[in-house]
Amino acid sequence: MKTSEKHVKEPLFHITKRADISILKSILIYAVAVVAALVICALVIISVTKYNPIEVYKEMIKGNFETKRKFFNLLQDTAMLLCISLAVTPAFKMKFWNLGAEGQVLVGGLASAACMFYFKSDIPSWALILLMLVTSILCGIIWGVLPAVFKAIWNTNESLFTLMMNYVAIQLISYFIAVWVPTGSQVLGVLNQKTKFGWLPDLFGQKYLLNIIIVLTLTVIVFIYMRFSKQGYEISVVGESENTARYVGINVKKVIIRTMIISGAICGIAGFLLVSGASHSIHKGLAGGMGFTAIMVAWLSKFNPGVMVFVSMFLMFLQHGASSIATKFNLDKSVSDILIGIIIFCIIGSDFFINYKINKRAKAKEVTQ
Amino acid sequence: MDVAAIELKNITKRFGKIVANNNVCLSVYRGEILSLLGENGSGKTTLMNMISGIYFPDEGNIYIDGKEVVIRSPKDAFDYKIGMIHQHFKLINVFTAAQNIVLGLKSKEKFDIKTVSKQVKAISEQYGFDLDPNKKVYEMSVSEKQTVEIIKVLYRGADILILDEPTAVLTPQETQKLFAILRRMRDAGKAIIIITHKLHEVLALSDKVAVLRKGEYIGTVNTAETNESELTEMMVGKKISLNINRSEPKDLVDRITVEGLTCINPEGIKTLDNVSFSARSGEILGIAGIAGSGQRELLESIAGLQQIENGSIIYHNPKTGADDELRGKSPIKIRDLGVRLSFVPEDRLGMGLVGNMDIIDNMMLRSYRKGKSIFLERKKPKDLAERIISDLEVVTPSAQTPVRKLSGGNVQKVLVGREISASPTVLMAAYPVRGLDINSSYAIYNLLNQQKEKGVAVIFVGEDLDVLIELCDRILVLSSGKVSGIVDGRGADKSNIGLMMTSYSGGEAYENV
Repeated sequence: MKTSEKHVKEPLFHITKRADISILKSILIYAVAVVAALVICALVIISVTKYNPIEVYKEMIKGNFETKRKFFNLLQDTAMLLCISLAVTPAFKMKFWNLGAEGQVLVGGLASAACMFYFKSDIPSWALILLMLVTSILCGIIWGVLPAVFKAIWNTNESLFTLMMNYVAIQLISYFIAVWVPTGSQVLGVLNQKTKFGWLPDLFGQKYLLNIIIVLTLTVIVFIYMRFSKQGYEISVVGESENTARYVGINVKKVIIRTMIISGAICGIAGFLLVSGASHSIHKGLAGGMGFTAIMVAWLSKFNPGVMVFVSMFLMFLQHGASSIATKFNLDKSVSDILIGIIIFCIIGSDFFINYKINKRAKAKEVTQ
Repeated sequence: MDVAAIELKNITKRFGKIVANNNVCLSVYRGEILSLLGENGSGKTTLMNMISGIYFPDEGNIYIDGKEVVIRSPKDAFDYKIGMIHQHFKLINVFTAAQNIVLGLKSKEKFDIKTVSKQVKAISEQYGFDLDPNKKVYEMSVSEKQTVEIIKVLYRGADILILDEPTAVLTPQETQKLFAILRRMRDAGKAIIIITHKLHEVLALSDKVAVLRKGEYIGTVNTAETNESELTEMMVGKKISLNINRSEPKDLVDRITVEGLTCINPEGIKTLDNVSFSARSGEILGIAGIAGSGQRELLESIAGLQQIENGSIIYHNPKTGADDELRGKSPIKIRDLGVRLSFVPEDRLGMGLVGNMDIIDNMMLRSYRKGKSIFLERKKPKDLAERIISDLEVVTPSAQTPVRKLSGGNVQKVLVGREISASPTVLMAAYPVRGLDINSSYAIYNLLNQQKEKGVAVIFVGEDLDVLIELCDRILVLSSGKVSGIVDGRGADKSNIGLMMTSYSGGEAYENV
């Protein structure tokens, strides 16, 4: 028999789930992950580009903080990512896999742009801004609530449905730009460039400050809603167990639809802020994939809006830093994408060591016979 | 024989901080039935899973026929002729018995299902099984499925058999039949380990009893030289009395009358068929039946969670004297009618509670809607949580601990405590002691008895007939969704109830052994 041969073979280690871990220890694990990521990145930088990795890292920081303008760009993009992360939070907390934030943001932005395009400066700027906000929210809601209604009534798969709605949104934007731009260049210039009607005003001379303040206010509201309101409580119960929700008499269908209205509305607001508070125009890449990145932000933050502020800032820091080194060192953008990938991989991967422990097998004690 | 078929020495297994098995030593000889006795959570299944290759021990050695072995996978276990019959069957429904039996076996030639059937028949005859090899699994009763599982391991040549709580799903008659087969296998020289926490089965079947308590190995005794109270003491660690105080019911008034209740599940099968009975205040109505005979549907119908095909459920309101129809009403509407109905569902963490929420938030499940504010009120639920923790002696670090981190008994105390705190007039409990240790079980029985004495109509769905007979005033027996009878709990005959449990399922009636 193969018994004797097997005799010596024993597994070297095995993996067990951790019951609890102190905050200090988990921070330490994250710190180790960041260091490991920087080391691996350094090796990649040296082997691929022959540049000094320290210089590259310096440039990453410079790209974010060198000038006031760069810093506010970072804050603006962070705010937008944060806003979309807030939007997907109630849905994901309910285990409704809303992969359609991108489309919901885009139709919100499209609604704002359409208002600016058609009303130009015919009505007062404040009225135009208000109209843009309302139509954006409405469009975001429509995009969000459609899959929810189908899910609630016919139990359709929401991930597919929301995902496909993204493409509808993209095509809609192409269509409207084609209608609005007779030259066929497919580029819509800045709207109301001269009158600045429908533009969110600058605060203290800062273009993006109002955006940032609005998103921070939203953060607090979403936090309170999820943590302290009855509706937020219902969302958690439905997300944890639909059976429990039914058992205590929660109308699950109503909660699904209501929550997606909220999720869609916040996406609509994000679209509005992107158009009215930043680009004053619309194109297919307006959301820039943030609708998907936001999902990662929400999960990494474990649906805590407070933590989302830092996570979205960190991701945006990486993104800005990466494009900055790409320009400075004349690198292909793929190289900086690889660096971002390595860093995110290490940080997400470190979650494994926070949840699990690796044990070495202790040798069997000698048995006295 | 001198050499043990299988011997465990100083086996230790930890899951995180929890020590599931600590320094356990155990040996089984051929031609012997060993009962592995212990309360839920004492590490019985973990220990057996290490023999069958599902877990790997952290420390310690396993010897088979005196030789040290390393079992790293279920396949290794097969090679050592170890076969485990799990509590939850691992069969493919659309396959026949014979197909399930050869599933996963490697062979160079094509399987000839006729030969397999013949071999299966031969095994069946040898040990006295009753199995049609060509029957599909979905057409089988629970006991037939179990038979398939046992023959599956025998077919693979197992001569060390481990059965994990094999009687949990069987009627008394089926249990007797299984025991007869196990005795025949023992006489044929197999080593058998049976995991159980039912004392009378241990005494009836096994030659030796090994007792585990909280992962610690307590000792092995010869069955002939022991008795129930000694075993209980070994299991629990102290002397406890196993009596339920059943008071005489007082002021019996019909509280809920169910008439001709019929439910049809999405597959078009009648889960309840013309069920009629009444539950009275001040008594405990037990519901007996094989698992899946319509118990869940019955309770959920009353709670407003089932689609009802036909029939009526009338609630006699003690305050207003009105008779209210509950059929077709949602749980919220039933509550709005003033029906104080509490329900301890079978699936505690999947239905009664939310595992990831703390005790306070779980208290709120029933009450969070109160008040006009859009915000939650956490003060009262917090008080309630703390009261339940101290009154029912819930072991928990704090009221802010997620309930999934509590042990089964404490989870159940939280759930039952919440349901009782609403001062119900009807209390329904489905398998409320499943998975609980002896002390917690008796604590739950006491709570149910207290409610009964307060004049609550208690409906208790149970699986242990001994407990049902000891606790309930009347016992309703369900068989395939039909009521096969209602008997008085005092002086009820266990084998009689067992027969009633199968009276509509076309199952054969066995002579009581």
